[in-house]
Amino acid sequence: MLDSALEVLRLQAAGEASAVEIAERAMDAIEASQAVHNAYTHVDRESAIASAKSVDAKRAAGQPLGALAGVPIAVKDVLCTSDMPTTCSSEMLRGFRPPYDATVIEKLRAADAVIVGKTNMDEFAMGASTETSAFGITKNPWDTTRTPGGSSGGAAAAVAAGTVPLSLGTDTGGSIRQPAAFCGVTGLKPTYGRVSRYGLVAFASSLDQIGPIAWSADDCALLMNVIAGFEPRDSTSLDQPVPDYTLATESNDLRGLRIGVLRESLQAEGIDESIRTTLAHAIGVLAELGAEIIDVDLPHREYWVPTYYVIAPSEASSNLSRYDGAHYGHRAGEEAKDLVTMYCRSRAEGFGAEVKRRIMVGTYALSEGYADEYYNKALKVRRLIRGDYDAAFSQVDLLLGPVTPTPAFKLGDKVDDPIQMYLCDLFTVGANLAGVPAISLPGGFDPAGLPIGIQLQAPTLEESRLLFAASAFQSATDYHTQRPKQ
Amino acid sequence: MSQLPTTTIIGLEVHVQLKTATKLFCGCSTKFGSPPNTQVCPVCLGLPGALPVINEHAIELAIRAGLAIRCDIPPLTKWDRKQYFYPDLPKGYQISQFDLPICADGCLEITDPADPDAIRRIGIIRAHLEEDAGKSMHDEAAGRADSRIDLNRCGTPLLEIVSEPDMRTADEALAYLTKLKEIMTHLGVSDCEMQEGSLRVDANVNLHIDKHGQRIATPIVEVKNMNSFRNVAAALDYEVERQYAEWEETGHTIQTHGKRTFGWDDVKCVTYPQREKEESADYRYFPCPDLLPIRIPRERVEEIRASLGETPEETRERLQSQYGIKAYDADVIVSQGRAMVEYFDAAAMASGDGKRTSSWIQQDVMRTLKEQGSDIESFGVSAEQLGQLLSKVKSGELTNDRARDVFKHVSENGGGIEDAIKALGIEAVDDSEMEALVKELLAANPKVVDDVKNGNQKAVGSLIGQARGKNPNANPQKIREIALRLIDQA
Repeated sequence: MLDSALEVLRLQAAGEASAVEIAERAMDAIEASQAVHNAYTHVDRESAIASAKSVDAKRAAGQPLGALAGVPIAVKDVLCTSDMPTTCSSEMLRGFRPPYDATVIEKLRAADAVIVGKTNMDEFAMGASTETSAFGITKNPWDTTRTPGGSSGGAAAAVAAGTVPLSLGTDTGGSIRQPAAFCGVTGLKPTYGRVSRYGLVAFASSLDQIGPIAWSADDCALLMNVIAGFEPRDSTSLDQPVPDYTLATESNDLRGLRIGVLRESLQAEGIDESIRTTLAHAIGVLAELGAEIIDVDLPHREYWVPTYYVIAPSEASSNLSRYDGAHYGHRAGEEAKDLVTMYCRSRAEGFGAEVKRRIMVGTYALSEGYADEYYNKALKVRRLIRGDYDAAFSQVDLLLGPVTPTPAFKLGDKVDDPIQMYLCDLFTVGANLAGVPAISLPGGFDPAGLPIGIQLQAPTLEESRLLFAASAFQSATDYHTQRPKQ
Repeated sequence: MSQLPTTTIIGLEVHVQLKTATKLFCGCSTKFGSPPNTQVCPVCLGLPGALPVINEHAIELAIRAGLAIRCDIPPLTKWDRKQYFYPDLPKGYQISQFDLPICADGCLEITDPADPDAIRRIGIIRAHLEEDAGKSMHDEAAGRADSRIDLNRCGTPLLEIVSEPDMRTADEALAYLTKLKEIMTHLGVSDCEMQEGSLRVDANVNLHIDKHGQRIATPIVEVKNMNSFRNVAAALDYEVERQYAEWEETGHTIQTHGKRTFGWDDVKCVTYPQREKEESADYRYFPCPDLLPIRIPRERVEEIRASLGETPEETRERLQSQYGIKAYDADVIVSQGRAMVEYFDAAAMASGDGKRTSSWIQQDVMRTLKEQGSDIESFGVSAEQLGQLLSKVKSGELTNDRARDVFKHVSENGGGIEDAIKALGIEAVDDSEMEALVKELLAANPKVVDDVKNGNQKAVGSLIGQARGKNPNANPQKIREIALRLIDQA
């Protein structure tokens, strides 16, 4: 019932519920869900109620209210918050409280949103199942024997479990879209640079982007209005005007829109039949809404995953070298005999297996004598991949394809097989390598009742176009309105 | 020591701290000497999530410096990360420049120390921008093994200027450093305060030994982080001796032993090998994904070039010809930096007496600055005031001593020259009053009168002191004139 941010705003405006009542309901739902799904790493009822109170007080005093006034929101535990721990679900940062807020957090506060807590994730956003978290695994609200996806598994599950209408995730190789698909919700990865990364704990700086997760494209648009925009504290932030994204969701008429279908993706091996069926159905819906369907291909698609798994770990190996036990975070308890031993022990104890694996891969790929073979070559391929997107977008307005090869897989199924886990990113990493925006939205269910996502991708800064098509699709379908059985 | 002919090969890496008010990638102050960890923010501390943003002023200063040492400023420069673990490097990497430095391929001409008429041209390979690290303080006193870390310096902008191995003697290295420092201070690029660490030198040195026509190169030694020119020279001289002796003893060459890192112990006056890892450091440079490459338009470079003004040499020559001051005096003023030259120019114009202005600046002004621990930009006596004061001395309105009193009064209390003269009760002594005073003195000093009559005019000097004892405002020049006239008339 509290699963739409727009509805939450309406209830308050109509005087049918106060922000405090809404926050109470959200906190009750979190308490009930947490024992089952473990979507959160930190919640603080008191501070959430306190911030809801201040919204009610503002409203009572007739003061202007922000765009998300009284809307409960959960944020991935990779975003810096000055009043809550920021752990990246790692032992390394257990209990770490940054002295500052990430820009998106500042913006949420300025918009009078009620931040209810931090959501669980794969450690340092590395993983596709939220099983590498030091805070325990998160379970998929549709089927608790299955993963919610990752790394923003907690953020997607928090929405799917009905604890909050909105959450913020981050997407480096598909970490918003894949969990959104697994959890039957809508997740948008904006254009690289559209949302400031200041205060986002870096995994792979050239790929990371913060984005909204919600049930509908309309709610995603509302949140995008708050978080998007240029910021001087992030040099890679784009200095471009921000449109009103909510306007994009007003029309359902797709006539004149050319949608390129990534047909060859669907022929790839290991793709579940339910994914193909869902895509075929989605194509029909979009065509019925007036879109022109064209088959296109992104020729270097088979290099996406290998390129990604050179670039992302390389940047990660550098970004994570600040966790050395010297200034903050985990330090090995035993007195080390020298500095290097202190570093080694602190990092050995603080990082989990997947993080260590990627640090090793990245260190190797950047090392003297190998950088040309791996890192520098990956940069060249990345340029070719961007070129593919440019070529495709000269023919079509949007690209349509799958988000994942399968619906949500079983917990434990892939956690010991990194290559299988990496292949979860098969269809999503292209958008990160090219920097283009992409959205995952519910497109149907498999025979077992698990949600299946479809993916739309757009040229850079065309989030409005994505939201327009997604909203039109959602106006013609009801997948996004279905809820897991409690 | 009877030894084979050798040539010393020296290349220098000079780290110059740029004179920006704020750090390279954040808004924290670069002020020296503040309490530890008080000039820090999430960005320079490298806290998770913090991102760097370039300080445009540092780019400007780097281009200024580069142009002054005749470098090319390529149209595109970028940032790279240099990775290594060290407790005073909070991010685990330093943001630096690897393959596309902001300045490339320049040179510096120095006077050959062995031949004042000859010029030596020292090549400059590159100059790149980078952020400084923090400072570790190891406190092992009283059996404790605490290490404390001050990160105030983290993120301070440095320009690393790398020379070709073109120098052959410690004297050449000194001449190069002196010249470089002079240019950097003159352009306002850096203070080059070595005791504050704003100029630091690494020296690469080895020997080419000529053994019966065959050239043998000794292993290169990099002597790190020297903070005085004297230490650089001493370390280089020491290395020349040490490397030759080592070669005689071990036969090690550059082929067998490559390059090593040494430190300089300025108490024992020896270099010593620094502990090194088994293999050479792999910094795993890669482009910093948090910062975009910087495009530097040709027009911007030309604008900065046009604003460079005269070189220190040109200034020195101009000061000599324009004001008739000696080369030495011009040198002292120029070596104080451009602000001092501007101060001198303005004061000399206002006083109409370059020589007097030069000597006052070198004595009174510089001494007062030192006492006040201040710099010329914020000095309490403006150039115009000094000029006004000295023109009064020139016209005889004030004595040198009284002018000093006025100068001191203004520098301590502020206000104008006239105010100070009034406050100090200095009044011009009129001629009749002065004449009466001199007459009185002549009557009391018949020996002086006799001496002068016998052709020793200098004897009048003893009267001057007495006259000023009776009236401190008496002008010595006037006293001399009146005394000689009266004796002549007598």
